[in-house]
Amino acid sequence: MAKKYVAGATSDIAEGGSKLVTLAGRDIGIYNVAGSFYAFADRCPHAGGSLCEGFITGIAVSGGPNDYRLERKGEFLRCPWHGWEFDIRTGQSWCDPNSMRARKFSVKVEAGADLAKGPYVAETFEVKVEGEYLVIEL
Amino acid sequence: MKLPFKGAIDCDVHLAMPPVKTLLPFMSDYWQDQIVTRFIDRSSFALMSYPTHSPLSGRPDWRAQSGGAMPGATLEQLRSQLLDPFGHELAICHALHGSIALYNEDMGAEFCSAVNRWVAQEWLDHEPRLRASILVHAQNPTLAVAEIERCAGDSRFVAVLLPVMGDSPLGRRIYWPIFEAAQKHGLSICVHAGSTFRNPPTGTGWTSYQSEDYIGQSVAFQNLIISLLAEGVFQKYPDLTFVCLESGFTWMPTLLWRSAKAWRGVRAEVPWIDRSPAGIVRERIKLSLRPFDAPEDPAIINRIFEQINCEDMLVFSTDYPHWQFEGDNALPDGVPRELIRKILVDNPLASFPRLQTNSHVRAHVTQEAAS
Ligand code: FES
Repeated sequence: MAKKYVAGATSDIAEGGSKLVTLAGRDIGIYNVAGSFYAFADRCPHAGGSLCEGFITGIAVSGGPNDYRLERKGEFLRCPWHGWEFDIRTGQSWCDPNSMRARKFSVKVEAGADLAKGPYVAETFEVKVEGEYLVIEL
Repeated sequence: MKLPFKGAIDCDVHLAMPPVKTLLPFMSDYWQDQIVTRFIDRSSFALMSYPTHSPLSGRPDWRAQSGGAMPGATLEQLRSQLLDPFGHELAICHALHGSIALYNEDMGAEFCSAVNRWVAQEWLDHEPRLRASILVHAQNPTLAVAEIERCAGDSRFVAVLLPVMGDSPLGRRIYWPIFEAAQKHGLSICVHAGSTFRNPPTGTGWTSYQSEDYIGQSVAFQNLIISLLAEGVFQKYPDLTFVCLESGFTWMPTLLWRSAKAWRGVRAEVPWIDRSPAGIVRERIKLSLRPFDAPEDPAIINRIFEQINCEDMLVFSTDYPHWQFEGDNALPDGVPRELIRKILVDNPLASFPRLQTNSHVRAHVTQEAAS
């Protein structure tokens, strides 16, 4: 049966930032995009690079030569190994959205007071009643 | 194998370069004077990439019929050696004149213009099966555009001819006025093997032997495609088709693979490439059949064709009078049967918009091919 893992406090990850956690032996990257949280297995679907070590950036688009625009700033991950780009909201690769995507986990934000009713797993820290936490079910 | 039906469209036919004195009447008084009094008329203006006496430059039996001279020098030869026996509907001829390598761009442009006038008057006017490319001196794109504009009214010119190795990679913006003019007039861009030797013919430096230059042409074509892709020429000129002549094509699978792979990692540098380069290249690049750079074995050929997915990419060429095949076996053995009609007729028509707009030609070709 799936268990609730507490991956950290929401305050751990600033907007535009990320955090690498290990839950039940799995490396998972959690990202804060404009106040929403997303989580992916920290293995690039291409060849296994750590996505969490890559840049969080936008997507370069263009209407033709000499037209350069960076759009959706903060919504894309660039893998540090070979530069593939992934949409943080969906995990899809920009170049091959239909068949290449990062493994996604859903992240819920739960209040410490609710979590306290249990059961949950918090491997590395203590859950406080007044805090807000990132919860992933595995 | 022999052509299975009449009515093919041959996309690469060479006219032997005339002596300079033949071109003089097509030049202004000033240039006639300059060229004669400076003894420039003694130069053969043969491009170093195609030495006249190299066996490859003229098939031996055709050469013998011309008494040892370069075949393709007279309309009579062109008819009796190519157009009649092979039953061509159309042949697109190219005059690769050495003047494209002149550093003096005014003289170069004058020569190109003289060659184009000579082609129109001495060849096109006399043989309705002929079409031609416009020779331009690309070192000065403004002059090149002026020549394209001058010739564009003549619908028998169906393309602009450029060498694959010139001053700079052909995708660069300096050449865009040429592409702009070509697209405006429905002309395709024919890029032919050969170099003006502004740069070493390899990326690693100067070669010792002609065989190195000849074999290395296919690398230059890969550079061309990479340049057109990276510079965004395909996006900028969506209606322009590039036809690679004497390019070979069995190198295409690895190029497509490498471009698609690199694109995933570094596409942000060239964000106008908005889909996999393999698809773009397949749509916009055409490759000529001869010289055929693979063993003529059906199993091997089928595999390469499958890898390139080149149904629409290959266009028929004999490369006359170059020595690329024997007898009347213009088609390599093992070319898939179902592709023959496409290669001989449909793809050439699709590659040169000016052939399509001539509905008379289209109807005639269809009839011939069906019969
Ligand atoms: S491992 Fe991520 S792009 Fe190759």
